[in-house]
Order: sequence, then C-alpha cells, then structure tokens
Amino acid sequence: MNFLEQPIDYSTISPLVELEVAQKMCAMVNLAETDDHFRRLSMRFTSVGRGRAEIKMPYQEDLVGNPTTGVLHGGSITALLDTCCGFAAATVLSDIGMAPTIDLRIDYLGRGEPTADIYAKSYVYRLSQSIIFTRGIAYQYPERPLASCVANFVRLEGEDFKAMSKEIREYLDALPEASYQDDLERIRQGPLSDKGER
Amino acid sequence: MRDFHVYINRARRNNDPESLTRAIPYAQTLGVRATTMNNQCRFYLPPQASNVGNPTLPALHGGAIAGFMEVSAALYLLLSEPVPHIPRVVDFSIDYLRAGRVQTTFADCEILRRGRRLANLSIRAWQDHPDQVIASARVHFLFKPL
Repeated sequence: MNFLEQPIDYSTISPLVELEVAQKMCAMVNLAETDDHFRRLSMRFTSVGRGRAEIKMPYQEDLVGNPTTGVLHGGSITALLDTCCGFAAATVLSDIGMAPTIDLRIDYLGRGEPTADIYAKSYVYRLSQSIIFTRGIAYQYPERPLASCVANFVRLEGEDFKAMSKEIREYLDALPEASYQDDLERIRQGPLSDKGER
Repeated sequence: MRDFHVYINRARRNNDPESLTRAIPYAQTLGVRATTMNNQCRFYLPPQASNVGNPTLPALHGGAIAGFMEVSAALYLLLSEPVPHIPRVVDFSIDYLRAGRVQTTFADCEILRRGRRLANLSIRAWQDHPDQVIASARVHFLFKPL
C-alpha cells in the first residue's frame, strides 16, 4: 500500500469538526432553496464521511458542451469535482466551514456519454499542517472513469474562520429537523460503491 | 445542429465570437459573453446568482470560474484558426489567486503552442484590472478523438 491509499488516522487529530455537523451542512446545501451554482448544476450529496464525499449530478441538456454529440461540457465536471473535493476537505477542518481552493488539476480520461448521470467521489489523501490534499474521480459507469482530479485546499483557521463557523452553526441550529432528516440519513450511510450501487 | 463547423466559420468570418457562445448550451448557462478588442477576442462573464458558490461571502463558485475559462480557451482556439476537429480537452489546471467577487469577470487567452495534434493555451481571469489576476489556468487540447 502506498501513501496515496494509506488511511489517515483522524483519532489523532484535534480539534476536528464533528462529523455529524459537517454532514448536516451537506444536507443543508442539498436542500437550500437558493439559486447558486450548486443548485444550478442540480448537484446532490449522496454520501459524506470523514475526509470523503460523493455527489450525483444528473445529465442536463443545458450543460452540453458539444451540441453535435450532446456530451456535457468539461467545465461542468470541473465544477462537480471542485465541489466534491471542497466538501471532503471541509470534513477535516478544525470547525465547521469551507476551505478555499488553492488549485485544481483535472485530467479527462474518457469520452462522456450523452444522457447518463454523472457521479463524483473524492477523498483527502494527506492532511498537512496548513494544506488539505485531495483527489477525486468522476464517472458515469464505475468501471469507466470520465475524469480524475487533484485539488489542494487551505486548512483554514484563525479569527475569520471562527466567525464563519459561528455563522454556519447558528444557521444549522435554526433549521427545523424535519426539513433535512431524510437527506441527512442518506448522506450518513456509507459510500454507494460499498453497496454495489453507482 | 449537424455541422458545428458552419457556425465556427461564420463566427470567424463575421468577427462575431458571441454567435458561438450562443450555440453552446453550457456557455449560455454560465452566461459567457464575448467581444472583439484590437482584433483580439476577449471573453467576459457578467455577474449572475447561479454562478455564486458561497452565498455567505458572497463569492463566485470556483467551478464556474474554471468552466468559464475552459469555455473561453476552447472558443479562442476555434476562432483563431481553422481546425480539423472540435478540440477536446486533455487536461486543465487552475490556480485560484484571489476570491472571485460577484462582478464581471474577464478571460484573456493566449496560445502558447499550436502543434499538429496538441495545443497549449494559457488563460488569465481578472475583474477590476488585468494585472489583478483572480485565477490563472492552462489547458491542453487534442485535435484527434481521445
């Protein structure tokens, strides 16, 4: 096993945001009735754990890049992977919040197929003192990757971060439990791939 | 739309890059616009709510900025010279230098290398001033099927 596959022992890392709170933030993003980019691309978290995240993005005609073939534009896959890696990074911060992206590189490994939904998976493979290193893949069929990426994030801390955490916590605490319970249940379940699903 | 090349040739001939952004659904969704300045194509992205990533800041979604730069590079290449195939992106790398505020964003592209099979472009995105780059990216395009 090389270092890319070595699991990170999160029990030795403190402080660390409560996993339940990070999962609740993802459920909140799933449900938020805003017109932001996440919603515009119809993304949805399907599973989130410590240092990992999974998102489904349905095929949408208005994200097509090549009108002759009907294949989605690579930019929408970049947005999907950026989001997926960003939320995996958010689960390893010291408190609830988002980590700014430093950089991202995406490799398009295969040709996309029109009309099939897209799935993304990401994980943190290294957590250094200041940087969160993540990797991700996107696919329509698990055995055929569409794209892979590496993305690095700032391991945010300090006063500004505390203010962000406080704001998000207050927002999450004010949400009526019934509104997000179903999504939270789903997000808390293990990776879809463990259950033989996509 | 059976022949995208017709659109490309017409856009080049009429010096009308925006006719191409209108033909690409993803570019339309982001709201990519284009103008010609000093014979150079410049792409821009007017602010819109659906490109916002973090509503609390608020800031543009990094993926929307990346997508805008990717679209810009592809169109820039298509408009600069005749190409045998629609170029396919091989890889794309972006460095986020500043948070993208919710205001008009510009993308300036440059072809660093145009080979027979591959092209390399550099893209700089900025808002207030071309020297204040918010994101810098590079991309490889392939002219043959991947």
